[in-house]
Amino acid sequence: MSQTSSSLPTDFFVSPTRVAWRRFRRHKLALVSVVVLVLMGLAALFAPMLTPYGMDDQDLFNQNAPPSSEHWLGTDELGRDVLGRLLYGGRVSLSVGLFAAVISTTIGVAVGAVAGYFGGAIDNVLMRLVDLLLAFPAIFLLLILFATIRPNVTTVIIYLGVFGWLYLARIVRGEFLSLREKDFVVASRALGAGAPRLIWRHLLPNVAGAIIVTTTLEIAFNLLAEGTLSFLGFGVPPEVPTWGNMLTSASSTYLTAPLLTIVPGVTLTVAVLAVNFIGDALRDALDPHG
Amino acid sequence: MRAYFSRRFIGAVPLLIGIAVISFVFMHAMPGGPRALYGKSRGMTDERREQIRVNMGLDQPVPVQLGKWLLNLAQGDLGDSIIQNRPVSEVMLERVAPTLRLVILAIALSIVLALVAGISSALWRYSFIDHAISALAFIGLAMPVFWLGLMLQLFFAVQLGWLPSADMTDGPGSDPGFFANLDRIILPALTLALGTVGSWSRYIRTSMLEVINQDYIRTARAKGLREVLVIMRHTLRNALIPFVTVVAIDIPFFLTGAVVTEKIFSWPGLGRLFFDTLGSRDYPVLMGLLVYSAVLIVLANILADLVYGWLDPRIKYK
Repeated sequence: MSQTSSSLPTDFFVSPTRVAWRRFRRHKLALVSVVVLVLMGLAALFAPMLTPYGMDDQDLFNQNAPPSSEHWLGTDELGRDVLGRLLYGGRVSLSVGLFAAVISTTIGVAVGAVAGYFGGAIDNVLMRLVDLLLAFPAIFLLLILFATIRPNVTTVIIYLGVFGWLYLARIVRGEFLSLREKDFVVASRALGAGAPRLIWRHLLPNVAGAIIVTTTLEIAFNLLAEGTLSFLGFGVPPEVPTWGNMLTSASSTYLTAPLLTIVPGVTLTVAVLAVNFIGDALRDALDPHG
Repeated sequence: MRAYFSRRFIGAVPLLIGIAVISFVFMHAMPGGPRALYGKSRGMTDERREQIRVNMGLDQPVPVQLGKWLLNLAQGDLGDSIIQNRPVSEVMLERVAPTLRLVILAIALSIVLALVAGISSALWRYSFIDHAISALAFIGLAMPVFWLGLMLQLFFAVQLGWLPSADMTDGPGSDPGFFANLDRIILPALTLALGTVGSWSRYIRTSMLEVINQDYIRTARAKGLREVLVIMRHTLRNALIPFVTVVAIDIPFFLTGAVVTEKIFSWPGLGRLFFDTLGSRDYPVLMGLLVYSAVLIVLANILADLVYGWLDPRIKYK
């Protein structure tokens, strides 16, 4: 007879959050991505302190310069410091990506919850509307919109948010519909819980995982969308740097100043990549069927 | 089976009507409305503005305008381009062929590359090839289409000088047909194709791995079938059924990607048309393109369902 030498586990109650965190931790790439994104965010936030150049300081005697000790990444066609613009551009690109996603999530969850909870005619009408709007490519609508009303950063965030909630609404609605019939919900209802309580304390927490993952992917989409819109010239005003519009005129100077084309693109790609890795890892970590 | 078909088509009709209505609403909700184009021209007097209003039928009550729009749409009349004074359908038809060439080639390229990559990853799971392909897939997913296009253009055309960097033809009047000038179509097609190769190859890989562990594959091997046949005839066939839906779902990507790609490579297609008209605010054309793309997406989804139903005998009898 052998004796067990291991001690009793002291934490036999582990909250779902801790479980998720532990599973997330196993994804090395995602952890690296978090670090990368945090660094990017901090760099963008503290841009004024990190670069002596303003985001629009032109130096017309020094155009398309290669990297030097004064300009670590060189200058662009108007003599503006590339690194400085990259940092300030990060502010716009990252905040657009993030805040537009927050708006989308709010609207999407609200609509999905209402449709999924009340079901019936309300659900029908709402989902028909969602399906209808989903048939239009968002970029087209945004392009037409922004071609007409010249947007600024805030407007871009708002409209990107307003055009991006459809997918999440569908998902939330689906989850609500299936959770509604589960025992714990039925029991709560029988005990007299009203709609707000049911939604807030019982249904939403169970959908939280899917919501978080979808929001992360939405952030990635917004980053790319903002980049594309700015590149085409229909995003933020051209004086405001973003990673997208830094590329608009960069192609003409490729042979003499390749960094102008490579740097903003690589930065954008890395940011999106990081968000995608995190999203994947979150999906693994929060998936109850794992 | 026929019931399944017709149900899907009939169900799509309200969707199509809805698309038309939404486009109409969108156009009129824009500040300045359909007349925004004329707002700032010189020599524009209030009289002229009024006359234009009447000419365009904008003095009628909105429901009447909507009715006319829908009626015209049903007959294929998308209105007239304000700038060019020609029917929108004419303007669009001119540009359909180039875009069609581009998108078809891009989809074909992507399918072929994804098949190669996906099958290799599945067969040699966890090998270097598998990991390398996965890595490329991730990067491809994260890279903005316009940047990829730019980099391809700059690298292969400008730097290496291997391929031309813009335009579909060598000059006015020299377009010799559908299959000519392949060197011009390669870069834009590649740009579009690489956007989906990543996710498609991973999907094929997963699908193949699921099928390869099934019992009927084991049976095939036990029967003594050569491995090649086992893979090609049995595994692939079954693994590819859901792949069809994936292709259909990604069609919107090709539509929006075409706008950027055609702009970068000066490709004279519908995407370029869209981009060019944005600046001039020629709303009838923009609305035509919008309706066309939405309808295409709806049709693609229906097609995906139908093909899936046709390929998978288990669904036929539902």
